[in-house]
Amino acid sequence: MTRLVEVEADAPSASEVDRRTFCKLLGGGIVVLVTGGSSELSAQQRGYPEDLNAYLRIAEDGRVTVFSGKIEMGQGVHTSLAQMAAEELGVELDAITMVMGDTDLCPWDAGTWGSLTTRMFGPALRAAAAEARAVLLNLAAERLGVAREHLVVSRGVVAVRDDAARKVSYGALARGQQIARLVDHKAVLKAVQDFEVMGRPTKRLDAGDKVTGKAQYAGDLHRPGLLHARLLRPPVHGATRTSLDLSRPKAMPGVVVVEDGDLVAVLHADPEQAEAALAAVDVRWSRPEPTFDTESVGDYFVKNSAPGEVRVEKGDVATVLAASRAAGVPVFASTFRTGYVAHVPIEPHTAMAEMLDGRVVVSAGTQTPFGAQARIAQALGIDEKSVRVLTPFVGGGFGGKSAVGQAIEAARLAKLTGRPVMVAWTRAEEFFFDAFDPAAVVKIASALDREGRISAWDYHVYAAGTRAAEVLYDPPAARVTSSPARGASSTLHPFAVGPWRAPGAGTNVFARESQVDIMAAAGKADPLAFRLRNTSDARAQRVLRTAAEAFGWKPGVGPTGRGQGLAVGIDSGTYCALAAEVVVDRATGAIRVVRVVAAQDMGLVVNPAGARLQIEGCITMGLGYVLSEELRFRGGEILDTSLATYTIPQFSWLPQIEAVLVKNDELSPQGGGEPAIVPMGAVIANAVFDATGARLFRLPLTPERVKAALGG
Amino acid sequence: MQRTIPFRLNGKPVSIETDDQRSLLWVLRTDLALTGTKYGCGEGLCGACTVGVNGQAVRSCATSLADVRGKDVVTIEGLERNGQLHALQQAFVDHDALQCGYCTPGMIMNAWALLQRTPRPSRQQILEAMEGNLCRCGAHRRIVAAIETAAGQGGAA
Repeated sequence: MTRLVEVEADAPSASEVDRRTFCKLLGGGIVVLVTGGSSELSAQQRGYPEDLNAYLRIAEDGRVTVFSGKIEMGQGVHTSLAQMAAEELGVELDAITMVMGDTDLCPWDAGTWGSLTTRMFGPALRAAAAEARAVLLNLAAERLGVAREHLVVSRGVVAVRDDAARKVSYGALARGQQIARLVDHKAVLKAVQDFEVMGRPTKRLDAGDKVTGKAQYAGDLHRPGLLHARLLRPPVHGATRTSLDLSRPKAMPGVVVVEDGDLVAVLHADPEQAEAALAAVDVRWSRPEPTFDTESVGDYFVKNSAPGEVRVEKGDVATVLAASRAAGVPVFASTFRTGYVAHVPIEPHTAMAEMLDGRVVVSAGTQTPFGAQARIAQALGIDEKSVRVLTPFVGGGFGGKSAVGQAIEAARLAKLTGRPVMVAWTRAEEFFFDAFDPAAVVKIASALDREGRISAWDYHVYAAGTRAAEVLYDPPAARVTSSPARGASSTLHPFAVGPWRAPGAGTNVFARESQVDIMAAAGKADPLAFRLRNTSDARAQRVLRTAAEAFGWKPGVGPTGRGQGLAVGIDSGTYCALAAEVVVDRATGAIRVVRVVAAQDMGLVVNPAGARLQIEGCITMGLGYVLSEELRFRGGEILDTSLATYTIPQFSWLPQIEAVLVKNDELSPQGGGEPAIVPMGAVIANAVFDATGARLFRLPLTPERVKAALGG
Repeated sequence: MQRTIPFRLNGKPVSIETDDQRSLLWVLRTDLALTGTKYGCGEGLCGACTVGVNGQAVRSCATSLADVRGKDVVTIEGLERNGQLHALQQAFVDHDALQCGYCTPGMIMNAWALLQRTPRPSRQQILEAMEGNLCRCGAHRRIVAAIETAAGQGGAA
């Protein structure tokens, strides 16, 4: 029985057919769809029916399925989204099943990045769940013959207040009915003080499967007749093939050889046999001349970048700087540099593709299943409807799995061979084809007035973009210039660059907060007092004070020799201040990070346990780009293609970590996956200065650079 | 060379006829469908493929099938007993000692081997034993805490 009820009059025009198609796909039970709310969310949307950005289904057994185009890559939204749905619906957390990243079943989504899931998808999902609860209450009122206001909901059961024996479960209400309801963010959400599930520390719902080996990632899938593919790769980016002889792999038993334009692959049921077949390919390449390398990249960017685009302009910064110089007031001019940084998810890019009923079905470790669907359709020259992308658990993304090259390769090979094909990049391929965080340069000229206030701030960033490049402090004259804008700079780089956990923000905050520290020291001011004096931003002041207090900050003019540092950044709507303590070995230049304290204001916190986990993860991962990680290259040649030479944080590096969540329930939930990694460069560099008096202007802070800065 | 290789796998005898120079990792993952053991680097540098061989932590990507002839191999799938999580598995859940979960089986197997030989490891012994297992999500601190908890509960069993 199909019954469509209570479609909002002001809902976007929608054809009944589309809605029926959805309902048919989902079977019986109550289905709730939500349309766009905030303009940011709407901006990401495509046309109906794909603009439904959330839906959930209440089945006859009372189980609730939540469908989300987001994916789970470790950030914990599998759990926090389930919490939101459970809270608003009034069911227990374990009644929820999450279906994520399936382009057939889930509503369209732009991709899982930018700490947007909780901020943007969250409100839509909560509204859907609240609306479902309202629909269920109406049905229960009808069934029980009692007015709605006399009903209470607990654990998926609607009961009459003061007469608990008169009750009906959600499952019973959903039974035999199919009710679709389209909502437009009108449902009243629960107030914070009424929360039973949200806001409480909750263990990950995916942990059980992940500790037993049951959790499936793309590479764990198997199909009868599955072929493992190895693809022919150029030795350097930009190389062209001058000769190719595939006769030897073709003669190997069980090897399937594919040659289709740029795509040359050898496939075998055993991945190691495929590897051996690849080694048997006779190929020659012509390599382009390198134009710049690890050391010269910064100068090359400054020389070859497009003219800057002014993003912030307040007062006349050039005049104030000139007047300062003329008056003999010091002007601080600094150049900060960062290198290319790799994502290094422990699961390299992997995808399994197969042809099913004339469609290409691809299971991929991806942050963007719908993006992958579009790209695959484009590559194969077929309709998007002929492509289905499913997303199993993703073994780490950090922005890197927004690129979907492996999914396209698997889809092409499945179509060409007619068999299921696994494309699992090796670690070397992962390093070679990663879309790196770009190398960047920041030049700052700033001045202090005689009262120790920042009087001018002239900031110019090359290649990193302006995320987290806001001035934050209150100079009367300020200018922020970006050249070229991030994303428009692809021709600048010899290989792919892309989003890396808070893209560019770490670079910008490293530069700004180092410069602020330089001025504090020159002005004989304590770094905390100097920051508080120079910013009127209340949220920044609060996280700085909180971090300092939790750290046990001892006021002093740097370098105090204590090795303490401070930095603050804004990212994804969240403020995060870090305080750190380091010990520097002057003989070797090695930095040991002893302790990092984070104070984070992220608005309303959905899952405090998950939020702390993300902060710790950010700090631990952040040690890498601050202390060791810099991809070495010469032109299009990647010199670090192994974990033997590209070092990521290990157990022995572990500092003590403390995370303080600054309460701010009045603000809707903000991003949590990225903010704490952003101030890591600055807080460590500032602590190294405090320990030694040596100022470092380039990340990572390798022992060689520390020794050089110490004059050793 | 094509041979029959007998060994014990998760407590049960198995015998496989195949090229004995193939890596244990891919034999486990393809022939035996035990996909809990992960590929991470293929060079023994990340620890995602760690399994127990005669109680020792071994990188299965760098171990040939010939190397485990007649030996006792334990993978992540072999830790549960009668549907009960092993103390280490339970401690990883309780401490939220994972995020993406991809390195988790290797972390647990490496810790399992540590507790086999050192049932009550010090913090320093844990750090040293786990050093070669990489986690990119940054769950390290919780992993150490989980191992300490499991050790306190007889996690060597």
